[in-house]
Amino acid sequence: MQQTWFGSLDNYRKGSIEIIKGKPEHYAMSNVFEVASRAAPYEKVVVGKNLKYVIEALRAEGASPWFAAAHDEFAVVLDGEIDVHFIKPSDGPLVDAQTEGTVRLDGQPSGQVMGYVRLRRGHQALLPAGAAYRFEAVTKGVVLVQTILGRNSVEKWADICIQ
Amino acid sequence: MDNKVTGLQNVTASEPDPVTGYRIFRLGDFEFSRDAYFATIKWPAKGQDRSHQMHADDFLRAMMRDVAWGFFYGWVNFDEVIGTRNHYGKVDMYAGAYNANFKEAGVDHMQQFDTPIIMATFKAILKDWVNEGFDPFAAPEETGSAFGTKHGDNIAAIERTRIATKCMPGIEGDSPLRDDLPVNRQFADVAQDEPEIHAEPGFEGVLHAFSLFKYLSRSDVTWNPSVTSVCQQSLFCPTTEEFVLPVFHGNDRVEWFLQLSDQIIWDVADKDSGEPRARITMNAGDIAAMPADIRHKGYSQKRSMLLVWENATPDLPKRYESGELSPYPIQI
Repeated sequence: MQQTWFGSLDNYRKGSIEIIKGKPEHYAMSNVFEVASRAAPYEKVVVGKNLKYVIEALRAEGASPWFAAAHDEFAVVLDGEIDVHFIKPSDGPLVDAQTEGTVRLDGQPSGQVMGYVRLRRGHQALLPAGAAYRFEAVTKGVVLVQTILGRNSVEKWADICIQ
Repeated sequence: MDNKVTGLQNVTASEPDPVTGYRIFRLGDFEFSRDAYFATIKWPAKGQDRSHQMHADDFLRAMMRDVAWGFFYGWVNFDEVIGTRNHYGKVDMYAGAYNANFKEAGVDHMQQFDTPIIMATFKAILKDWVNEGFDPFAAPEETGSAFGTKHGDNIAAIERTRIATKCMPGIEGDSPLRDDLPVNRQFADVAQDEPEIHAEPGFEGVLHAFSLFKYLSRSDVTWNPSVTSVCQQSLFCPTTEEFVLPVFHGNDRVEWFLQLSDQIIWDVADKDSGEPRARITMNAGDIAAMPADIRHKGYSQKRSMLLVWENATPDLPKRYESGELSPYPIQI
């Protein structure tokens, strides 16, 4: 049996585009491990964009700021071992219902500690609407976040895409 | 031909052929027949009957996906000649309409049907033409032959039901996990551990996590996306792929692929003419857009995990077709 190949922050093989007609940038192709390896910890680099919806690749290293969103988001760990801590805010919504995307909070919000989930490669967690959450890397890695383009999303397509 | 033979409303079929055992089906102007090796599709054009043949296994794999996906987003090209286009309530069946040479020669044909009618016909064809031992969802190494005269059927394989996911599999009231399915032979080395959930008192059952890779390693089908997370109209639809995508999927919106494991190579062509545009090699961790003006077909030499990411916003096909939206997702 051939071994199943998963990439990682330290070991990935970026693919390629053979153009016959058109331009490579039409495919906005990048590699999430390469993107994360060159990003600051928890920089929310957009690697996929479908109108207002995005996939962000985050380099998980140390502890992240606290985040929240007015809608459900999802995290998928592609490398490393990462805890996600949750707080149920006690002083009303942290994010206005009309705001889309992830909002970085100023410090730890007040509220009830809900607990945490420990994720390893291939694990997915719900980041529920309204809850505050924070990543803490047990070992450094890469997290994908399925969300909406927001004020903390970072677009740097020219730096990450095959051209 | 009449619909009494199949017992299905709006399905027109012949009696079984005395030699091959297969029925002939008619859908509007199109006729579908098969023999031991080939499926043959006929249609009228320029005062003549035109015909096109496919290997029976290729045809059945393509038709199976079209049915399972509910005609999917946009175009499902069975090959370079025949296929369907989804108008979400109605479906075009075409021959040569998206092939530059057929179109130029005027020998193409297209006809639109209400979705329930074409769906019933396609299901009846699958029911009649899929033999015992052949599973059109399976990789070639995992299934028997599609060829030969009619022998039995495989209703269980072609009537797998897809369970809709509202938020994420495993949440109470949502779609189930796949713990009762075996790990696929080519994912025997995929870790089967689950996330650790440490909920504080009062929050038991509130925190949700599961192993997506374990879930995918237990998929019993290939090239059949299913939803695993829903962020408004943003749908993560991962799938496991082996051998070749049985159709050339034409996009009516931008679609994204994120290769979760191993490698898939994609042939990309012009959506309307079929002229080649690019060949993309995607390794684990690679993410790429499939623009709204292309068709694509993938090749996976080992079973791999692919995250298909869809935007299910209802009005997108019109907005792309009118030129309101660029077929390319970003500008550099």
